[in-house]
Amino acid sequence: MFSRDTWREIFITLRKNKLRTFLSGFTVSLGILIFITLYGMGNGLINTFDEFFSQDATNVLYVFPGRTTMPYKGYKSNRTIEFDNTDLEDIKKNFPMFLEHLSPRIFRSALVKYKEESNNYTTIGVDWGQQFAEKTIMMKGRYLNQMDVEDKTRNAVIGRLVEIDLFGTENAIGKYIDVGGSVFKVIGVFQDDGGDNEERQIYIPYTTRQLIEKNTDEIGQIVVQFKPELGYTGAMALERNLERYMKDKKFIHPDDRNAIFIRNVTDNLKQNQDFAGVLQMIVTIVAFGTIIAGIIGISNIMVFVVKERTKEIGIRKAIGATPRSVINTILLESVFITTVSGFVGMLIGIGLLRSLGDSLADDYFITNPYISTGVAVFATVLLIVFGAIAGYVPARRAARIKPIVALRDE
Amino acid sequence: MIEIRDLHKSYQMGSNSLHVLKGINFKAEEGELVAIMGSSGSGKSTLLNILGMLDEADTGDYILDGVKIEKLSETKAARYRNKFLGFVFQSFNLINYKTAMENVALPLYYQKVSRKDRETKALKYLEQVGLKEWANHLPSELSGGQKQRVAIARAMAAEPKVLLADEPTGALDSTTSYEVMDLIQQINDQGNTILVVTHEEDIAHMCKRIIHLRDGVIVEDKKIDQVRASEYVQ
Repeated sequence: MFSRDTWREIFITLRKNKLRTFLSGFTVSLGILIFITLYGMGNGLINTFDEFFSQDATNVLYVFPGRTTMPYKGYKSNRTIEFDNTDLEDIKKNFPMFLEHLSPRIFRSALVKYKEESNNYTTIGVDWGQQFAEKTIMMKGRYLNQMDVEDKTRNAVIGRLVEIDLFGTENAIGKYIDVGGSVFKVIGVFQDDGGDNEERQIYIPYTTRQLIEKNTDEIGQIVVQFKPELGYTGAMALERNLERYMKDKKFIHPDDRNAIFIRNVTDNLKQNQDFAGVLQMIVTIVAFGTIIAGIIGISNIMVFVVKERTKEIGIRKAIGATPRSVINTILLESVFITTVSGFVGMLIGIGLLRSLGDSLADDYFITNPYISTGVAVFATVLLIVFGAIAGYVPARRAARIKPIVALRDE
Repeated sequence: MIEIRDLHKSYQMGSNSLHVLKGINFKAEEGELVAIMGSSGSGKSTLLNILGMLDEADTGDYILDGVKIEKLSETKAARYRNKFLGFVFQSFNLINYKTAMENVALPLYYQKVSRKDRETKALKYLEQVGLKEWANHLPSELSGGQKQRVAIARAMAAEPKVLLADEPTGALDSTTSYEVMDLIQQINDQGNTILVVTHEEDIAHMCKRIIHLRDGVIVEDKKIDQVRASEYVQ
């Protein structure tokens, strides 16, 4: 079946029938090329999607204070809710098994000066654990630590762009800056994937912020970082319990929806993951639709090829070709064409995706389109196998035609 | 060499059955050159197709070179055809994308002869039909007579026991027809058994024996004095 002679015969046939060879090969190459491009683009879309939503840690609840809209337990409505240090202590005390870090966030805008340069920036008073909730990446120096918070030190961690704005090419570490009238020492510079805005922020210990503001114990928002093991259901349960606890503590009506607002990233995350999953599914369906269209294309070509060669098959049979050798010749030819052109299409497709890289990221939301080699090879092999099966049926029919009938075919 | 006894064949044409061969008996010895004649519809082509194992008889015996041909699987029929029979058709039936030499070598490919031997042999037979210089030409570059000579070379290449020719001159003018018959006579002179189906009297008289078929039966079977085709060829 695989003797050199057989192959020679096949090569001669392929070479002498260039148009037919080209058309079948082209169909297969194109099918695989489209599949790979489509699938890769789909992955690129999902990459973009992931990038949008994976900037912050996902095991985080943000608790925001608001205003009451219902009177409750003798309190009037329209009362402003505020969080203070005792709330931090109480949450820590009541939910110890669920928590990883707990941090307040006190947002204050401040004019920041260094030598001749000055600018307005957002300062955020935080606890040291906030680094993990924001996924803050340190470029140099260090983040705030427990000591900074306990000792109320005047240390600040500045964003990458703050350093560029104020220090230019100078190294900010160890330098002193004026933040709204107080002097802070820069101990670290961070970067953040969240965009320019986040890199124009300055982190200081929340205790220092409270000290500057006449030793208040007000804390703004609370960021609750829970244990990732909780999973989606656990996070949702924690959110409900936390809300009930805080409402109870602050004398808020259980049905009052504006007094306390909790943003649960997990909930968003789940929606996003579901969305990405649907996206992936659509891409897969469309891509495999392309493959199926390719298979149908090959089948049609094979039917045509066999039809076109009916007379030749009759001649070959009259001079001694066995049905098996007829099937072998047709099948090997078709498998050879599909294999070669399939892999050519695959390589072109992969090359195309590689060369695209991130060039479509800004305008078309396609980041780093790629296809894993496994999927690419699988699709190609699928096309080859089904191409062979599709070729086998007409080949077998052709081999069964009586030579006398085949010879009469004009 | 060939013996058939009480051969019947009918074709199903819709609801009607067309009885084409109604009990054919005949024998051909080795080295004979037999013309099978008859008007169209007399069953002569059907008979030849059965002899060529391209078609099957309904009943009756067919013995070729001492081997009883019956209930052939496709594979076996192919092997017998390759071993026993050479075909020459009215429409030549050359493979159009293969050169003259490749066409002649094709039966040998199915006999699993090595490529080198195939080429040597194909060239030898092409030389015999006077077309050695045309070995690398495609059928489309050959005249009708040349095509038929290539087809005869191809039929001879497998060194068959019997050569079956179905209207070999049907598509040719008379001069070319005589050239082809001359070639067939030469092959016969070498001792090969040849059956020629024709409806042309002059072609039939270039054989050594004429069998007349009418309505599916043999009505006449006579030995004749052979007319040499070379007399008409310059």
